[in-house]
Amino acid sequence: MFAHTGGMLRRLTGTAQVAALLGMTLVQVGILLFALPAMILTFTLGLVFLYPPAVRLVRGTAEETRSRVGAWSGVRIASPYLPEPAPPRPMTDGLYRYERTLYKSPRIPAWNARWKWLSTDPATWRDLLWLVLDPPVKLALLPVLLVTPARGLRVYGQWCALLLSATRTSVLRGQLTHLHQSRSIAADSQAAEMRRIERDLHDGTQARLIAIGMTLGAAEELVDSDPAAAKTLMSKARDTSAETLTELRRLIRGIHPPVLAERGLADAVRALAIDTALRVEVEVDLPHRPEPPVEAAAYFAVSELLANAARHGDARSASVDISSDGPSLRITVTDDGLGGADPAKGSGLRGIERRLAAFDGVMAVNSPPGGPTTVMMVLPKVLPEHWAGTLPTLPRWKAVVVALCWSLAWCPTFPQGVVAAVFKTFAIPEKSWFLALYAPEPFQWPIILLMIALGLGMYATAIAIPAKHNRDRWMAEVPRRLGLG
Amino acid sequence: MGERVLIAEDLYLLRDGLVHLLQAHGFSVVAAVESGPDLLKGLVELRPDVSVVDVRLPPTFTDEGLQAALEARRQVPGLPILVLSQHVEQLYARELLADGSGAIGYLLKDRVLNAGQFVDAVRRVAEGGTAMDPEVIAKLLASNARHEPLAALTPRERQVLEAMAEGRSNAAISQRLHLSESAVAKHTASIFAKLDLAPSEDDNRRVLAVLAYLNSR
Repeated sequence: MFAHTGGMLRRLTGTAQVAALLGMTLVQVGILLFALPAMILTFTLGLVFLYPPAVRLVRGTAEETRSRVGAWSGVRIASPYLPEPAPPRPMTDGLYRYERTLYKSPRIPAWNARWKWLSTDPATWRDLLWLVLDPPVKLALLPVLLVTPARGLRVYGQWCALLLSATRTSVLRGQLTHLHQSRSIAADSQAAEMRRIERDLHDGTQARLIAIGMTLGAAEELVDSDPAAAKTLMSKARDTSAETLTELRRLIRGIHPPVLAERGLADAVRALAIDTALRVEVEVDLPHRPEPPVEAAAYFAVSELLANAARHGDARSASVDISSDGPSLRITVTDDGLGGADPAKGSGLRGIERRLAAFDGVMAVNSPPGGPTTVMMVLPKVLPEHWAGTLPTLPRWKAVVVALCWSLAWCPTFPQGVVAAVFKTFAIPEKSWFLALYAPEPFQWPIILLMIALGLGMYATAIAIPAKHNRDRWMAEVPRRLGLG
Repeated sequence: MGERVLIAEDLYLLRDGLVHLLQAHGFSVVAAVESGPDLLKGLVELRPDVSVVDVRLPPTFTDEGLQAALEARRQVPGLPILVLSQHVEQLYARELLADGSGAIGYLLKDRVLNAGQFVDAVRRVAEGGTAMDPEVIAKLLASNARHEPLAALTPRERQVLEAMAEGRSNAAISQRLHLSESAVAKHTASIFAKLDLAPSEDDNRRVLAVLAYLNSR
């Protein structure tokens, strides 16, 4: 009874959805009647001002269809559009540049960038094609839509996905934009770091070395006339050199902690744990050392978090857990402090986020008021994949094909092919089990050649399948090898 | 002839400087090596009375010297070694002290600048004593700052504890802090009582007990 009502209800909703879908066609046709002439006029008469609103309308209805189809048929279609260009930024002299032309106001460069963005995006044209073809497709699907709304909607969803989903290009472009962003963040923070080091060396070390040199010079002049004063000056020079060393040590620690260079992440974090006033438990479970930049990012993140816990959180104990999750590096830092840490407020947490961003790393902070604070960080795909044994293996059916090819290819190649050919050439009357020799005369040679071709084809397949698999696997690792992953 | 000393340092200037410095103070330099494998061979075969070893050595320039020192002391327990480094780490100090047999030193390279104190430290290690860098001790105490019994020490007792942890004898402490030896002895007894450690007459054992206590957290 209930099942029946449920079925009825589903059918009713399905029918209502189909009705709405058909109703939307009117709107779509309306938009098409505006957009198509607008685009034609844009490219024939140069009425470019019609272009952006037309594209916006088409995109609007396409976006609407994507979300509706997703909700009604379960066919998820991701938005394919390229990211919108950033607003033009003035150069140091206040002018705006677009390609090789300079402008006083940002209006034209902004328009040019938008024009390029809208017209070069293949999604724009795919949207338009979809809009043109959609009414006839709906008409063709009408019987299915009316008889079995659920199935009809699914088929309709597949059709929409065909033209409305993201193309490879747009997916790649999206990744490229993301890479550009994270690269420029990394470059910026590196430049800032270099400036800090330069300043420290310039104001500290260099200045102190000059002072030492001058003190020694003065001591040299005094050594005959006033040995006692010269001695005082020399001991002062020695003190200054000791201070310089201390300062350099601090600076080096900030650039790359010596233990990290000498022992790797695990011991460096242990050393960190010993040095803090907190009681820190360290658990590191990594089969090998990650690459140096990854180690450094992880180390500084943990260092910053422990310092935060001691400074702001009033924590007494903490735990650090570093482990591998497949090719990803996972770091969890927990402390029993006051909690209330917020990446939006603390510059320390923002700094960690920026550092991790260079490796596409993410951070999740759970810090309720009153504590405890747990910070979890994941650096995806920074560890060589073979550590975890997660290399994609050959699918079973492919492995079976390869095995069959290797074990059976000899049969068509040699007895049925080459040996039969020899028998035929020398007109040996023996037919044995060579199939070709039982066939009527005109088919004998073709069958022999076919057998040889079949055998060789099987060998080729047996070699090609694993080779392609290895190549794909290698290609999948390329971004990581190039340091992009 | 004085104590036989081995020197391991890869920078020529510093190695030469150390050779001259130690020779000038009556040591006889039996070997001056510049790489990890040479060092381990020298330590085990020559068994010098004391060795001055840099942590970072070729071929890997990581903690070659430290590893060689630890390995040599595994093979020859109690072999006196003074480890020098551009930076000091409590982690390394713990590893060096772990076997509890003394005759070990761990100093910043900067300490070479003060020849008198440096030679003192080398002698102390040669005699089976301990020479820990003040910075190691300072860090050790800082990381124990919230520890109850330590917080109960008077400032003077803290100073005595620091000097003691560096490996100095009562005589040396009294000289440094301008106290009478009996006053130092009184402070030491009080420290040991507060930390609940068994008092010991032997300087070396006393130092090791204090360091073990501080590291036990």
